[in-house]
Amino acid sequence: MTTTAPPPTGKRTVRKNHPGAAPRTRRPGRLRRISLPYLLLLPALVLELLVHLIPMVIGIVVSFKELTQFHLRDWGNAPWSGLDNYSLTVDFDAPVGEALLSSFLTTCLFTFFSVGLCWLIGTAAAIFMQETFRGRGILRTIFLVPYALPVYAAVITWAFMFQRDNGLVNHVIHDQLGLTDSPPFWLIGDNAFVTLLVVSVWKGWPFAFLVMMAGLQNIPREIYEAAALDGAGVWQQIRRITLPSLRPVNQVLILVLFLWTFNDFNTPFVLFGKSAPASADLISIHIYQSSFQTWNFGTGSAMSVLLLLFLLVVTGLYLLFTSRGRSATDA
Amino acid sequence: MAPPKSFLVSRLVFLTLLTGFVLLPVYVMISSSLKPLQDVSGKFQWIPSGLTVQPYFDIWKTVPLGDYFMNSLIVAGSATVFSVVIAIFAAYAVSRYSFRGKRVFTVTVLSTQMFPGILFLLPLFLIYVNIGNATGIALFGSRAGLILTYLTFSLPFSIWMLIGYFDSVPRDLDEAAKVDGCGPLGALFRVIVPAAIPGIVAVAVYAFMTAWGEVLFASVMTNDATRTLAVGLQGYSTQNDVYWNQVMAASLVVSLPVVGGFLLLQRYLVTGLTAGAVK
Repeated sequence: MTTTAPPPTGKRTVRKNHPGAAPRTRRPGRLRRISLPYLLLLPALVLELLVHLIPMVIGIVVSFKELTQFHLRDWGNAPWSGLDNYSLTVDFDAPVGEALLSSFLTTCLFTFFSVGLCWLIGTAAAIFMQETFRGRGILRTIFLVPYALPVYAAVITWAFMFQRDNGLVNHVIHDQLGLTDSPPFWLIGDNAFVTLLVVSVWKGWPFAFLVMMAGLQNIPREIYEAAALDGAGVWQQIRRITLPSLRPVNQVLILVLFLWTFNDFNTPFVLFGKSAPASADLISIHIYQSSFQTWNFGTGSAMSVLLLLFLLVVTGLYLLFTSRGRSATDA
Repeated sequence: MAPPKSFLVSRLVFLTLLTGFVLLPVYVMISSSLKPLQDVSGKFQWIPSGLTVQPYFDIWKTVPLGDYFMNSLIVAGSATVFSVVIAIFAAYAVSRYSFRGKRVFTVTVLSTQMFPGILFLLPLFLIYVNIGNATGIALFGSRAGLILTYLTFSLPFSIWMLIGYFDSVPRDLDEAAKVDGCGPLGALFRVIVPAAIPGIVAVAVYAFMTAWGEVLFASVMTNDATRTLAVGLQGYSTQNDVYWNQVMAASLVVSLPVVGGFLLLQRYLVTGLTAGAVK
């Protein structure tokens, strides 16, 4: 749906069925014409295989092995453990499974709020900035700053702002506004969830804004003019024209935001370090810790595979429902 | 017809609040980077009592920031160049040719976007170690390994965006070039690439930002000599103290290349997204 196939190039695409019909003797022959696209794809294909697909297969294999630091150099010979890693991982009464389940639920909750807020702010900002007004260009530049800043620089700054004793946040809510009896902790305990959410939304909404702005440019002006002639006010135009026109863009945007947020490692890692507080223990950090802190790569891989399965199922269902919804509205 | 007052007021309030939210960390970064250490260690001050540029000199001595900077520049720069060139070839093939397996290719490449990085971190580490043992090519801990990894991170998005962009270049143009005697690659480089410059710039900016900001693989796959900024910035905290003024100064310095480049080229990014991603 996002990769619309290029329009058929007329008769030339059916040349295979008419070997004698094409009088294009200048070209060096059919073999090269057919293999050229494959040659062009080869570098991309090899790299994707090497860095994504082969490691994924190895990850799946490792999830059935008992891989600890002793077998790291010679991981192929690590003993098979069957489904042990999986049964350990999904045993929600035992510590490993219990921690994984809680981390998974935290991630779901976090993703829901983060994606929702990013989408809401990004869409509102794009709609408000659809019409030209004085300072619009400068404002757009400012709004893209969080997107452009390297994650670690931005998140370290937020970590400084959320420090208990010398941070800006506690200075405002405790010293200046007097809202709390004692300055709260933001990077440990239950508040860490809120902290992570604030930072994640700050970093993530400009992408929604960017995509929405691009989407808005594709709505023809005439529709608005026609609606204005019919007496529709600005708010009505937004509700009846802008929002419905953005639906196809929305569907892609929300999926991308979901995948990025659910897999986000950088934000919690820079904010909290290698072990996040339980309230903000996102799944990617949890798996990292299970693999690299305890050196139990088998269980870590099993968790990764389960995560991938979950993402595949959610994405599949999402695509199914959104495309069905779209064909229903088109009909 | 002028928009009603309710719209203008909502717009003013919303955009003002949002600007404050966006700029708050930027203000903290800049103002704190100009404070002496005792000021950033004590209560936060909105208006610095004394200004000093000393942190900007100290950051290079506390940690070897210059080396990290160089590493990041080499890694991100090379990853960008390779990724863009490879994406151009792949997108050209998909946009201009019909061939068996085209759909499988685009779907596979796109779906690698959804893999959690953590899933292939360990296997990739194992592969790099094994390649190193077998061939003597040091990928683990080297810049080459990191370049290889990073260039594939931006590749799917780059290919995806460039397909859309190339599709919007009229076919008549490259057909005409072929009639004039250009081969397929000649048509690509003389006609399509020049016409798609905004899209290519957008893709390059994206690739550079991805590599410049990556944390997970940088923290596992580098050693003392190849450490990038993503890992190096953590060096300003010691057992006893965090040099927050230096952290902020260093954050500002490492942000300048990407933010500057991005803001200069943002117009291309928006155009690129319009033509590519949003279809």
